Amino acid sequence: MTNPAAVLRAPSRRRNLRRPWIGWLFIAPFGVIFLVFLVAPLVYAFYLSLFSKGLATGTTFSGAGNYVKAFTDPEFLSGIWFVIRFAVILIPIQMAVSLAAALVLDALTTRLSRFARLAIFVPYAIPAVVGTLMWGFLYSPTFGPLTGLFKVVNQSAPEILSSGNIFGGLLNIVVWQWAGYYMIIIYAALRGIDPSLYEAARIDGATPRQIALRIKVPMISSAMVLILVFALIGTLQFFTEPQVLRPISNGSITSSFTPNIYAFDLAFRFSQFNYASTISFSLGIVVFIAVYIFLFASRKRRGGLS
Amino acid sequence: MTTITRVPAAKNKPNITAHVFLVALIIYFLLPLWWLFVASTKDPQGLFTGTGGALWFDKNFNLLANIQELITYKGGIYFRWLGNSALYSLLGGVGATVLAVLAGYGFAKFPFKGRDFSFAVLLGSVMVPLTALVIPTFMLMSQLHLTNTIWAVILPSLLSPFGVYLMRVYAADAVPDELLDAARVDGSGELRTFFTVALPLMRPAVVTVLLLSVVGTWNNYFLPLAVLSDQNLYPVTVGLGGWQALAASNNGGGTSLYTLIVVGSLISIIPLVIAFLSLQKYWQGGLSLGALK
Repeated sequence: MTNPAAVLRAPSRRRNLRRPWIGWLFIAPFGVIFLVFLVAPLVYAFYLSLFSKGLATGTTFSGAGNYVKAFTDPEFLSGIWFVIRFAVILIPIQMAVSLAAALVLDALTTRLSRFARLAIFVPYAIPAVVGTLMWGFLYSPTFGPLTGLFKVVNQSAPEILSSGNIFGGLLNIVVWQWAGYYMIIIYAALRGIDPSLYEAARIDGATPRQIALRIKVPMISSAMVLILVFALIGTLQFFTEPQVLRPISNGSITSSFTPNIYAFDLAFRFSQFNYASTISFSLGIVVFIAVYIFLFASRKRRGGLS
Repeated sequence: MTTITRVPAAKNKPNITAHVFLVALIIYFLLPLWWLFVASTKDPQGLFTGTGGALWFDKNFNLLANIQELITYKGGIYFRWLGNSALYSLLGGVGATVLAVLAGYGFAKFPFKGRDFSFAVLLGSVMVPLTALVIPTFMLMSQLHLTNTIWAVILPSLLSPFGVYLMRVYAADAVPDELLDAARVDGSGELRTFFTVALPLMRPAVVTVLLLSVVGTWNNYFLPLAVLSDQNLYPVTVGLGGWQALAASNNGGGTSLYTLIVVGSLISIIPLVIAFLSLQKYWQGGLSLGALK
């Protein structure tokens, strides 16, 4: 199948078609990095995952054995289950915060709103490690304000890092870290809408709320889909925040808390490189499938609406 | 006349709710930074049992002494980490941007055989979680004896499929084909056409991709944690994380280490925060590029 558009455009591109390698030349430097640091690690991980290493037996070919082990391994499955639950709860909260902030900032042009835009965005410029360290201190009964605050009402402060509360503690850190970045993307998309649309709606008697929900939100749906994909990919590969909180969590963050932490521990604490590769590769597949399903569903839904 | 008086009245009411909402957001997003600043001014004693509570200054203002201790601690290893972070993020970020600009322009402006297929592969790779590549990359690097060198951090940071995607989307619209054809007719070579005609038109997207990749490398934790074991090569993220684990594991002995972690965290966020504040007009428009398609 030739692309009809390319055929139609061909006459004006004669010079390029005579030297088709020029396009490749521009792409080649990136292509090399792509092959060496994306394709090669994937292929190598897959290769390693087909072998097992035993103390007595040495390295032996085990085919799909590692994958059968991974997908029946309660530690890997509990990690996968955790990140899926985390994504399902985190993403709507994060969307709500960033969308609400962007809509308000889009409607205002005061000095306070300009300052708020920067203040909300600032956490994006702060490394996740430092963000997590700060919240870790704030959660701590020794360093944080919680003990003092709860003393006022004669209550003992909640242990945010305990195994019952750690989910909420991590949720807060991630919302704080990323809501501003998503807010800026939504805000910029809102700024791109033609304001005459609002004028027309106002003349038809639409309230500001109706304009926001019926015009602005549908107009930025592609920005929302982009953000959802980012958030989904980011959450499923959750690593830095729980890893940094781990030393102060008194064991509520285990070595299989998320799939990436599990793979890291398997590789660097237990030297099980073959099984760690299996876990990494399996995680990659799970994320790829999850994102693909999400994109397919959102395209179908949007197609049905328009 | 009625419309003139009615419009501000109708606008005023939601403005109060909106401003209260904004103030709440500002407090929430700046609270940890306020805490960090206040805590950096305390001595170890004050950090634990400060008189003013966690969110206010202690009676001693110890910021300069804390910085001084950071400078001398273990031969100033913290500032070595900071320098490493700068080196990795500049080389990695600039490199990734150069590759993305070239490739994005190639995809956008040259109809060659296999273009649609390779771009589809690229788009698919945006969905691959890059951290799932860390452990395989580590093992590949250790085969090549590259682990524990600066290249183990810099080279994988050059990979930015999303940057290529952004550059392609931007170049397709911002660089008119007619302009390129005119330059070619005038006898300009492809490289010269790229540098003199296309590149200046792509500048806003270049700055955005540069910022995104510099931030990505500066903030990276998983990759350097996996591929580096020599403390002298650590970036600041891995260094601070290590201090935190050390301080937590020997409770009492870690007392003074906590002040170093706090003041070190404060200093580590200054460069990027300044970069973002001063480059506002670039990234505010640029970050929405990916959402155009």
